[in-house]
Amino acid sequence: MRLLASAASGALFAVGLALSGMTDPQRVRAFLDVTGAWDPSLALVMGGAVGVGLLLYGPTLARPRPLLDVQFHLPVKTRVDLPLLGGAVLFGVGWGLSGYCPGPALMSLVTLQPAAFLFVVPMLTGMAAFHAWERSARVRAAAVPLSSTQPS
Amino acid sequence: MTLGTAVGSLVGGILIGLAAWLLLALNGRVAGISGVLGRALVTDGPERDWRLAFLGGLLLGGLVLRVVSPGLLAGTAVESVPVLVMSGLLVGVGTQLANGCTSGHGVCGLGRRSPRSLAAVVTFMGAGMITVMVQRLLTGGAL
Repeated sequence: MRLLASAASGALFAVGLALSGMTDPQRVRAFLDVTGAWDPSLALVMGGAVGVGLLLYGPTLARPRPLLDVQFHLPVKTRVDLPLLGGAVLFGVGWGLSGYCPGPALMSLVTLQPAAFLFVVPMLTGMAAFHAWERSARVRAAAVPLSSTQPS
Repeated sequence: MTLGTAVGSLVGGILIGLAAWLLLALNGRVAGISGVLGRALVTDGPERDWRLAFLGGLLLGGLVLRVVSPGLLAGTAVESVPVLVMSGLLVGVGTQLANGCTSGHGVCGLGRRSPRSLAAVVTFMGAGMITVMVQRLLTGGAL
């Protein structure tokens, strides 16, 4: 059931992305082009999505648990820190360069457009490289004797 | 912007919000694409399976749309190969470092009123706008 629910959410997400115009990288770039021929319509995508969230997430999260699982799995980080802001800058520059963000790019693979593959393969490589680096950093940190580590 | 594109964007946005709500209400999970994708690469068992199911649904939805309404997915990037590759690498590393992208921070995070997500959204939107502006300056007005 949980897998079916995940797949249904993914499929609905896909329909939303396609209707919204987010799957057209040139429209995304026109949205980001505030000093040029600015097309503000994509602000309505976030407006609509966040509006639904503001209405529905609160009452849902007030329940003791989701329908098909024993607990909610929410992000635990709450601090605004350097990795968050640095990562957001890198993501923003990459997003601006092509107009692709992860969801629409992934979905565009079904069109077999070369540009989608030329974006998604490096994106997956970047993700995998980051996690490999993070894992090796964790191993290095674990190798430091306990007495020399500071509580964070 | 026309009325048609504006309505499409609003309706699409509402569907995206509902899709994210569905995943939260049923499975208790956040529908952030970069997180789902990134974690799917490094987890296994049930932690990986629900993510693969979500991504499969996304692709299947795309395939169905391609059949019923090919025009919806006709848009494509027009940048050169090095720019696309650089763009993909930056998005890949940046989203993992920041724990989210337009969906995780932009839709789910803002919907949950997370200050951390608001900081991320303002930052990546600003960076995206500056990037397009600089490109415009470098190419003499043409995008």
